[in-house]
Amino acid sequence: MANPLAGVRATRHRLKETHPLSVLIAERLGLSLLLLWAVSILIFAGVEALPGDFAETYLGQSATPQAIANIRADLGLDRPITTRYFEWLGGVVQGDFGNSWASGAPVTEQITKRLGNSLFLAFFAAAISVPLAVGLGMVAVHYRNRIPDRVINVLSLAAISLPEFFIGYILIVFFAVQMGVATFPSTVYDNMGWSERLAAIALPTATLVMVVLAHMMRMTRAAIISVMSSAYMETAELKGLGAFKAIVKHAAPNAIAPIVNVVALNLAYLVVGVVVVEVVFVYPGMGQYMVDAVTVRDMPVVQACGLIFAAVYILLNMVADIVAIVANPRLRHPR
Amino acid sequence: MTDPIKYFASRVTASEMNRREFIGRSMAAGLTLAAATSLYGKAAMAQEPKRGGHLKLGLQGGASTDVIDPAKSSSQFTFAMNRNWGDTLVESHPTSGLAVPSLAESWEPNADASVWTFKIRKGVEFHDGSELTIDDVVKTLNRHTDEKSESGALGVLGSIKGIENKGGDLVLTLSEGNADLPLLLSDYHLVIQPGGGYDNPNAGIGTGPFKIDNFEAGVRATFVKNENDWRTDRGFVDSVEMIVMNDATARMAALSSGQVHFINRVDPKTVGLLKRAPNVEIQTTSGRGHYVFIMHCNTAPFDNNDLRLALKYAMDRETMVEKILGGYGKVGNDFPINETYALFPEGIEQRSYDPDKAAFHFKKSGHEGSVLLRTSDVAFPGAVDAAVLYQETAKKAGIDIEIKREPGDGYWSNVWNVQPFSTSYWGGRPTQDQMYSTAYLSSADWNDTRFFNTDFDKILLEARAELDQAKRKEMYHDMALMVRDTGGLILPMFNDFVNATTTNVSGFVDDIGNDMSNGYVASRLWINS
Repeated sequence: MANPLAGVRATRHRLKETHPLSVLIAERLGLSLLLLWAVSILIFAGVEALPGDFAETYLGQSATPQAIANIRADLGLDRPITTRYFEWLGGVVQGDFGNSWASGAPVTEQITKRLGNSLFLAFFAAAISVPLAVGLGMVAVHYRNRIPDRVINVLSLAAISLPEFFIGYILIVFFAVQMGVATFPSTVYDNMGWSERLAAIALPTATLVMVVLAHMMRMTRAAIISVMSSAYMETAELKGLGAFKAIVKHAAPNAIAPIVNVVALNLAYLVVGVVVVEVVFVYPGMGQYMVDAVTVRDMPVVQACGLIFAAVYILLNMVADIVAIVANPRLRHPR
Repeated sequence: MTDPIKYFASRVTASEMNRREFIGRSMAAGLTLAAATSLYGKAAMAQEPKRGGHLKLGLQGGASTDVIDPAKSSSQFTFAMNRNWGDTLVESHPTSGLAVPSLAESWEPNADASVWTFKIRKGVEFHDGSELTIDDVVKTLNRHTDEKSESGALGVLGSIKGIENKGGDLVLTLSEGNADLPLLLSDYHLVIQPGGGYDNPNAGIGTGPFKIDNFEAGVRATFVKNENDWRTDRGFVDSVEMIVMNDATARMAALSSGQVHFINRVDPKTVGLLKRAPNVEIQTTSGRGHYVFIMHCNTAPFDNNDLRLALKYAMDRETMVEKILGGYGKVGNDFPINETYALFPEGIEQRSYDPDKAAFHFKKSGHEGSVLLRTSDVAFPGAVDAAVLYQETAKKAGIDIEIKREPGDGYWSNVWNVQPFSTSYWGGRPTQDQMYSTAYLSSADWNDTRFFNTDFDKILLEARAELDQAKRKEMYHDMALMVRDTGGLILPMFNDFVNATTTNVSGFVDDIGNDMSNGYVASRLWINS
C-alpha cells in the first residue's frame, strides 16, 4: 500500500535538489505560521488564567453583583472557553479582532492607530541607530584597541547600563525642564502637523537610540573581528587592500548573518518592548495600549496586542533567517 | 504666610468671607492691620476671573479603555471629562458638602422622605442647540436605574422605584425614605443627556461649560468653550486640553517646565521636591478617601473583639500620616467618616497608639502566636511600608504580625474581601449614609469587614429617612461608636488630595467633594497671564 506521505516526501526531496533556497524559505515561512498559531493558543489560555475578570475589574468598587452579572451576560463570558477561542481565531484570520469590551470600539481600528504610532517611533529610532551602530562598529574594528575603539565602547556600554527610564528622565530634565528646547510631553494625536510630530518624538527617539545602539555596535564589532582572523582576510591584506576597504568589502559581507540577527532582535524590541519609554514620554503607542487593557482585563485587546507582538518578533526573526540563508554562498550555489 | 491666613484668603476668594471678618481673623492669627488689608485686597482681586486662554491639564488615571458614556465612567480622567461637558441635577457645596442646585432649581421631600419633587431649570440648552426638557431628565435617570444597566451609579440609585414627570416636575419615589437623595444625584455618572443618552451615549452632548472637541481614549481630550452656557460663573478659558499622564515623574516634569497648568496625584514622597520649583503651587484638599486595615469580624481569630481592639491600639496613627502620607492627610479614628461630611459626629475620643492597652486586650483575647496580614502596594500607595511600620509598633505591644506580600495583579479579586486580614482603601462617598450602606450594613455588597450588627442596621435605616438634622446627627454618633468599638476596621488615616498648579493660574477651589476640585478644576481655573 502506498504511503501518501511518501509522495510528499519525494516531491520535497526533488524540489530540494533543484530549488534548495526556495524550499528552505518556504519551510521557514510555514514554521512561522505554525508558531504564530501556537502562540495564539498560549495567549488565549494565558489571558483566561489571569486572576480576576473584566466585569469586576472594570467596575471596581462601584460594582454591584447585578451590574457584574449584566456585563458578563452581555459579553457571553458564561460560554465555554473552546467556543470562544475558535470564534476569536475565526475573526482574527479575517483580520477582525472583535470589539474592545471596555470601550465597545473595534479593536482593529484602535490598534491600527496605536501600531502606526509605535512603528513611527521605531522607524526613526531604527533609521538612526542601525547605520550608526554598524558604522561605529566598523570604526571600532579599524581602530581596534586604540583610543577611538575604547571611547566608543565605554560610551555605548554606559548607555546600555542605564535603564531606559533613567535616560529618559535625564533627557527630560535637561532638555525640556531646564533648557526648554525640547517638546514634552511627547503626545501625538490626530491632525498633528508633521514638524510638530517630529519635534514631539525627538526625545523618545534619542532615548531609544541610546538604548539599542550598544548591543548592535558590539555585535558588529565582534562579528567582523571574528571574520578578520580567517585566511581570506589575510589574503586580502597580502594582495594590498587598504585595511578599511578590506573590512567593508570582504569582512562585512561575511559578518552579515550575525549582524542581521542582532539588528532584527533590536528592531523587534523597538516595536514591542518600549512600554517604559512610552509611559515616561506619554507617547500613545502599542505598549501603553496593552498595559491599559491588561489592567482591566479587556481580553480582545490583550489578545490582539499579544498576537501582533508575537507576529512582529516572528516576522523579523524570519526575515533575519532568510537574509542569512540568502547571504550564505554555500546555500546560494549548491554543488 | 501661615496656614489659617491662607485658609481665610481662600474663603475670601470663594466669596465666603467679607472684609471685616477677614481682617479681624487675620489679625487674631498674628498679622498687622496693614498686612491684613493688603492681603484682603489681593485675595479679593483674585475673585475677578480673567477670561480666555488655553488651559492644559496633565492627569493620572486615563486609559485606552475609557469611553465618553458617563454611565461607564470609571477613571479619574473621565470623571473630570464628565464635569467639563455635562451637568448633574444637583451639586455638592465645595466647603459644606451640602446639596446645592444645578440643573434642578429646587426640591421638596414628603414627610418621610420617600417621595421627592424636583423643579427642573428652564431655558437650558444642550450643546446641539436643543432645549433641556423634563423628558431628558426622566430618560437619563431611567437609563441609569434600569436593572440591566451597566451604569456605575446603579448601586447608588438602587432604592429609586419610580421616576415620573408630574406636571413638569420630576417626582422620584423611593422604596424607603432617604433624606440624602439630592446629594446622591450629584454622582458624576448622572450627567443629564438629551433623550437620556439612549441613542448615542458616547456623543458627549451635555449642558456643561465646555463642548468636547476631540477625544482619543488614553491619550487626550480637547474641549472648546460652550458659548451658550447657562451659567456665567464658570468656564473661563476658551479651550481645555486634558492629557493622560500616568507616570508621576512625567506629570511633575510637565508642570515644572510649564507645559501644563495643573496636575493631579502628586506623590507625597516627592511633594518636597516639586515645591522647590519656583512656578509651582501645591493644592491640598482634605479628602474622604481613607486607607484601611480590615479584619473579618466573623472569621477566627478576628471574631474576638478583644483581639480586634488589641490590633486597633497597636496602630500608631500619627506616624502613619507622617511617614506614609508625608504629612498630607489626617489621622483616622476607626470609623470611615471625617469632618468633611455634613453631620460629622463630634466629640468622639481620638483613639491613639497605646502598647499597654493593646497588650492587655491581646492577653484577654487568649490568642497565641502571630497574626497574618496580607498586603500589596496596589492596596494603597505605600501599603507595604505601612504594614511594616505597623508590624514594628505592634511588636512593642507584644503582638507579632506576620506580613504576606501578595501580587498586585488580582489583589482585588483574590485577597481583598476574601482573606480575613488585609490592607485596602476606600474612596469617600457623598454622604455618611452611603458610606455605611456600601460597606457596613449587614446586607451591604462590599461588607469587607464582615460587620453584622442588627442594631446598627436599624439605626442606619432610621437615620436615612430622618429629616430632623439634629436627631440624625445623634444617630450617626451612635453608629460611629459601634463601628469604632466593635467593628473590624482599623482606619489609621484619611488621605488628602494632593494636586499642583502653576502660579499663573487662579481659581482653584479646595472642594471637599472629591479630587481635582471635585472634578470641576477646568471650569474653575483661569489663566492670569
